[in-house]
Amino acid sequence: MTTLVEPRTRRLPAPWRQRVSTTVTGPLRQSPGRTLVAILAIALGVALGLAVHLINRVAANEVQLAARSLFGIADLSVQGTGAGLDETLYPALARLPMIAVASPVLDIRARLPDRSRTLQLLGVDAFRVREMQAPLAALGATAVRTTGMLAADSVWLSPTAAEALDLETGGELLVQIGLTTQRLKVAGLLPAGAFRQQLGMLDIAEAQQRFGRLGRVDRIDLRLVPGTDGAAAHEAVTAILPPGARLVTPRQAGDDALRLSRAYRTNLTALALVALFTGAFLVYSTQMLVVARRRREIAFLHAMGLTVREQLAATLLGGAIVGIVGAALGVALGIVAARAGLAAFGADLGAGYFRALTPSLVVPVLDCLVFLLLGVLASIGGSIAPAREAAAVPPAAALRSGGIGGSAAPRDGEPAVAAHTDARCGPTARRLGTAPMAAALLWALAALLVWLSTGSAPLVHSGAVPWAGYLAIACLLLGAVRVAPVLARAVFDRLPDGGPAWRRIATAQLRGAARSTAISLAAVLVSFSLMVAMAIMVQSFRESLDTWLQRMLPADLYLRAGGTGTTGYIDAETQRRLESLPGFARIDFLSSTETSLREGAPRVTVIARSIAPSNAAELLPLRRDARGPVPDGAVPVWVSEAALDLHGLDVDTVFELPLGERSVRASVRGVWRDYERPGGAVVLPRATYLEATGDERATGVSFWLAPGVSADAASTQLRDALPGGGVYEIARPQEIRGRSLDVFDRTFAVTYVIEAIAVLIGLVGISAGISTQVLARRGEFGMLRHVGVLRREIARLLAFEGAVQGALGVAAGLAVGSLVSLILIYVVNRQSFHWTMDLHVPWTALGALTALLVTAAAATAAISGRSCMGPDVVRAVREDW
Amino acid sequence: MSVDVRNLSRRFQSDADRWVLHDVTLRVEPGEYVAVMGESGAGKSTLLNLVAGLDRPDSGSVRIDGVDLGALDDDARTLLRRRRMGFVFQAFHLLPYLSVARNVALPLALNGIGGPAADDRLGELLAAVGLADRADSAPAELSGGEMQRVAIARALVHRPAVLLADEPTGNLDPRIASTVLALLREQVKRDGSAGILVTHSAAAAAGADRIYLLEGGRLRLVPGR
Repeated sequence: MTTLVEPRTRRLPAPWRQRVSTTVTGPLRQSPGRTLVAILAIALGVALGLAVHLINRVAANEVQLAARSLFGIADLSVQGTGAGLDETLYPALARLPMIAVASPVLDIRARLPDRSRTLQLLGVDAFRVREMQAPLAALGATAVRTTGMLAADSVWLSPTAAEALDLETGGELLVQIGLTTQRLKVAGLLPAGAFRQQLGMLDIAEAQQRFGRLGRVDRIDLRLVPGTDGAAAHEAVTAILPPGARLVTPRQAGDDALRLSRAYRTNLTALALVALFTGAFLVYSTQMLVVARRRREIAFLHAMGLTVREQLAATLLGGAIVGIVGAALGVALGIVAARAGLAAFGADLGAGYFRALTPSLVVPVLDCLVFLLLGVLASIGGSIAPAREAAAVPPAAALRSGGIGGSAAPRDGEPAVAAHTDARCGPTARRLGTAPMAAALLWALAALLVWLSTGSAPLVHSGAVPWAGYLAIACLLLGAVRVAPVLARAVFDRLPDGGPAWRRIATAQLRGAARSTAISLAAVLVSFSLMVAMAIMVQSFRESLDTWLQRMLPADLYLRAGGTGTTGYIDAETQRRLESLPGFARIDFLSSTETSLREGAPRVTVIARSIAPSNAAELLPLRRDARGPVPDGAVPVWVSEAALDLHGLDVDTVFELPLGERSVRASVRGVWRDYERPGGAVVLPRATYLEATGDERATGVSFWLAPGVSADAASTQLRDALPGGGVYEIARPQEIRGRSLDVFDRTFAVTYVIEAIAVLIGLVGISAGISTQVLARRGEFGMLRHVGVLRREIARLLAFEGAVQGALGVAAGLAVGSLVSLILIYVVNRQSFHWTMDLHVPWTALGALTALLVTAAAATAAISGRSCMGPDVVRAVREDW
Repeated sequence: MSVDVRNLSRRFQSDADRWVLHDVTLRVEPGEYVAVMGESGAGKSTLLNLVAGLDRPDSGSVRIDGVDLGALDDDARTLLRRRRMGFVFQAFHLLPYLSVARNVALPLALNGIGGPAADDRLGELLAAVGLADRADSAPAELSGGEMQRVAIARALVHRPAVLLADEPTGNLDPRIASTVLALLREQVKRDGSAGILVTHSAAAAAGADRIYLLEGGRLRLVPGR
């Protein structure tokens, strides 16, 4: 009987495919678990980096676009100090021949009493604003009617504000003015797309009257006559500006909005990229161990004619494949994570910089490709050392030695080499001699970078991204990785020799394989040191913030009407009433506003309070004191560290401080620590402020209770004295402190998430490294089982090895991590945020993490060993032939 | 101590229709040195694993000095191997991170034997295998023949009652192989161990007191020995 179907002819694959399969994909398929771990590590690193980048990008774009949308087609904008500009400047500017349109704006941060938040309200000239904002032209047309922008008690909301506040046309918006609440009717919605951010718009005259700003404007937007020379216009406008006012382009205004958050976003991106670095390290450790396992196979291929260069390329190609798959997966995960992160934490990832934005995610293909490339490069980077190791396998010796597992079967009369001990490590072993030197050089470079960053003439200027600090951290870590084998050997050589046989075997194994052990050790070291550094930095920051809060809140009760620049304030009459109340030993009124010290720099907050050189140290956490006396004609001021960094206001500096329409000559008497105002703050005596501005309004009051008066009784008394239905907050210092620390923890929530992922990758790395080693030693365990070593003794042996490796990695990680934390605290944070902090080590948390990692390493080793206890291990002694 | 294998059968799940060992019976008395021959895959190593208590039979029994291995749990079987058995493998399986002396002394360490008696025994064995001057060498520094001599010393150092050798000369050239086999036999005879050599080489089996052939899962005595 014949078959109807011809048997299919078996066809050999194309030669190139056979070759790739043998040298590249085959080894990856041979250890699918380890390959998967490496792929996942790269994927997580790329996902984290891309997600943070996409969210940062959305934030930056939104802030820029939102800031730009405020100015419409304006070419320039004159901006005043916190007190604003005299409105007479408006006609003066409008009359300049090069100005086509001038549009005055009152920019108000209105407190919304029923929502515990603020809303930006723009008081505009309805007829001028439509010449700047094309989409508002239709709105301007309605301005003449009673329902339009000129209508009394009305406000127009941007669609995003209406949605966020759940208001519709005809609804009521409650705003706080002073200590009272006033109602504005929602007259309509601004055209969709005109403004991206949440804001309201009302007639400028109405706004001036309502918010007590008669005769003032905050900015004047300018449209130049077409063809005007920009520089000439700039010069002409600047010439008539009062002190403190500044001329900016809309782009500069957008940059100002972004500047404050730039350091936070950069640091977050750097932290996310750490995960990618750890992923690359995992690729390194996986590939290194795969190469060790395939030594005889590599030697065979070499003997068959595969050149050293081809072997090098094959290992790198393997790394590239892991990178491509991992990075592609990471890009997909990153987009999903960015969407989730944006929804959960917002565009500023919880830091609170851009609460008024409601952005949606945009995923640019180019950015995805860049992160894909980063992932692939990280993976290839992690494969370089293993590729060199593979290329350096001596074929003759490796062919005679058995596979991993201690089976060495040389021909008689010739020396054998053992596969997983240092004795066979060839060129890499010889390179060990240069490791301490390389590490010393890297650490010297790290020290130099730190010195250059913290010296009197820092390499990196204040306000810039602290690249030198990051580079120093990278050098420190790379040096530690480089010296890990030497460290391992030094420590293992000093382990005691006694104890039961299994421990002696384990000790001998650790000593004999110090270099291959160092691969796992380095993975623990890198991940744990970063964990330690972040933990110390965050703890230092939190403790310093707590201490600062206690220092800044010395009174028994605080009354707060509004933040700097908001519409909440305590008028003079109420202040008199409060002063006349019994039961208080001391009452201190505080006013705050903003001013601009120089063009292009962030605005500083001016805080006016009862302060004098005699009591400054009592009221402020001073870091530096002035040496000389206050110069004649100057007023004493105390500046924050940010003001020192950003404006160069060191002690004894004399400078012009714009206050309202005037400016005063100020002498810096001290520098104080401030965690609240990243743009910088200047504290001055309130009497000086009142004299310069005439503004008697206070934004907060501190009360010291008279002996025997309780805080509750005093609070009740204050509420009785304040206007009925008033909007204010009375709090004890511990309540304010608790809320501030809650905000801190919320802000750092994303940091914790990213850190946890980096730690997870590190733990996976430890687990992969140890289990690979255990697998590689199956033959050894098979022999030990033959000669009568109990399963539990092998488990103990492995747990001991894992625990020693883990403990050493953790100890080194603690040391390196502590140094990294010092760089983070004294270089990166100082340059990023311009504040100092004291060092606080979270001993309990570090102790727990140490125990967790050492236990994880021991448990992983012991659990991996279970796979070597079955019948396979018995057969493993015969696998070599 | 005698090795008494009775009606031993073993088959694996992957090939349930084929008996690797079928009704195998074998007895080795102290001081006897027997060889089991067979082609690759004949079941020689399976037999050795069953005798060592590293595997369990489907039926039949293995008794070491009257003690049925089937009645012992894994720990007890392991301790029996530790105290009373010695192994020599084709691939030596020296621990690369231990010196020659410490490799040889491994069974002594496992059995908690130390002190001058252990040192004497170690010296004696190293001298017997001709490696007294290589005690501190690393395995990586030895030739194949030297490594197998270390492995034999390790197998004998604790005076095992049963010596099991699995293709001990498979990786050695003929000249070295004959030296190693002679050494193995000499040590078995001197210590009065029950020695079982598993090999596919007739030359290697030639020095045994009796030779068995394992074929089709059955064990039969090669006549004339």
